[in-house]
Amino acid sequence: MRITCPLCGERDRREFTYQGAALALSRPDERASPEVWDDYLHNRDNPAGKTRDLWYHDPCGAWLVVERDTTTHEIFSATLASEVKR
Amino acid sequence: MSLSGMDSAVLCCFSRAMRYSGFRVFLEGLRGQTGWTPVWRDPEPKPEYDIVLIGGGGHGLSTAYYLAREHGLTNVAVLEKGYLGGGNVGRNTTIVRANYFLPGNSEFYSHSLKLWEGLEADLNYNVMHSQRGLINLFHSDGQRDAFARRGNAMINQGDDAVLLDREGFRRHLPYLDFDNPRFPVYGGLLHPRGGTARHDAVAWGYARGADRRGVDLIQQCEVTGIDIEAGRVTGVQTTRGAIRAKKVGIVVAGRSGQVAAMAGMQLPVESHILQAFVTEGLKPIINHVVSFGMGHFYISQSDKGGLVFGGDLDFYSSYAQRGNLPMAEHVMEAAMTLMPAIGHAKVLRSWGGIMDMSPDGSPVIDKTHVDGLYIDCGWCYGGFKAVPASGFAFAHLIAQDRPHETAARFRLDRFRTGVGLMDEEGTGSQHNLH
Repeated sequence: MRITCPLCGERDRREFTYQGAALALSRPDERASPEVWDDYLHNRDNPAGKTRDLWYHDPCGAWLVVERDTTTHEIFSATLASEVKR
Repeated sequence: MSLSGMDSAVLCCFSRAMRYSGFRVFLEGLRGQTGWTPVWRDPEPKPEYDIVLIGGGGHGLSTAYYLAREHGLTNVAVLEKGYLGGGNVGRNTTIVRANYFLPGNSEFYSHSLKLWEGLEADLNYNVMHSQRGLINLFHSDGQRDAFARRGNAMINQGDDAVLLDREGFRRHLPYLDFDNPRFPVYGGLLHPRGGTARHDAVAWGYARGADRRGVDLIQQCEVTGIDIEAGRVTGVQTTRGAIRAKKVGIVVAGRSGQVAAMAGMQLPVESHILQAFVTEGLKPIINHVVSFGMGHFYISQSDKGGLVFGGDLDFYSSYAQRGNLPMAEHVMEAAMTLMPAIGHAKVLRSWGGIMDMSPDGSPVIDKTHVDGLYIDCGWCYGGFKAVPASGFAFAHLIAQDRPHETAARFRLDRFRTGVGLMDEEGTGSQHNLH
């Protein structure tokens, strides 16, 4: 599995750390209900197929939103999380 | 009476019951193995059942078996999209143990081990359960204290544990690298009743037991929808037609997310890949199950002689049933660190399973927000040893609408409330930490 970091180019999977569903970019308001926080912290779509998750590129420190397929390990795209969030 | 005449007379009464015994094996040897019949039926799905279980893996089959045996419920169907036992129960490292620490897990796995110990007689099926002992290594004084505490918890639960010092340990496992500079072996916690079992046989034994009690095991039947009317489950849609049911149990491990979504649910589960490896067959060298926690590595030797070992998750969500090289490399490095002799063995093959990882690393056996719909999931990488007790508890929940005492803490709402979390590793109740 190789991921193309927008800053560094195509790199080996060993350089990246998986941080879970890209859901982490949409943090609820701190006054949101326990159900909303439960969904954010625990409940997952957990798709078999196309997914979006957060990866950290250890050497350059970039947070990436990676689109990939959980059934084939194919990587479609990697975008800086800062750009996705904007 | 001629020999063949006697054979037929004896076999006649044996075939009806299809009981297995040494005598039966001997007789079949005499008559060219011609008397064996299919072990379970291949029934067409009926239009309606009292209970439909989605998933014909270890947990689904044991649930069906205990529904019939413990609760007399036999108007039950197990729906399997592939073939029986083709998922994680056929893709694990076969370890059976009861060395948990926290209330909730402790009593549950203790119960499971007791069921394992009576399983072969109960099922009349050789599941090759071998209590060869399981040893967890420690490498520092602090780790020794932690394992002493765990051992005491195991003894308090009524199970067995022996704290071995370095020399006691060396008698059991002389081939380890005791003087490794980074991880010198200080000793180990021996769990004598731990061991292994034959993975496929567990599924087959439960399948046969359930089938003989009247449960329909329906293969090549994928559930495509769950029917719900006014908050109550009424049946399922499948690739082989609609099936009505009063109660439905979801027990599909790594595929829990997809099946639960059919009932409008999102689960606290992420599916991850866990790899395992086996070497070519070797003469006996490893008598126990050895767990080297610092390297996330564990190993045992199968009855065929292959060294069966594995490591940690690849740590990204995956349904591919195969992993990537970085973790394979890590596992091999850990193996060489622990027992350099393993470098001479050749790896024959590797495989991966889809682990239904929960945030706290412990499972769920609970009702859902839909009446008559139940879920059994979140087994992480520890589902194999849980097969008997999970089926026992899930059958109890479905039959009686209240949890069995051994699984009462496996609640779905514990993540939302924060009450009763069972974070065995103490790393936090969040995804990607276990």
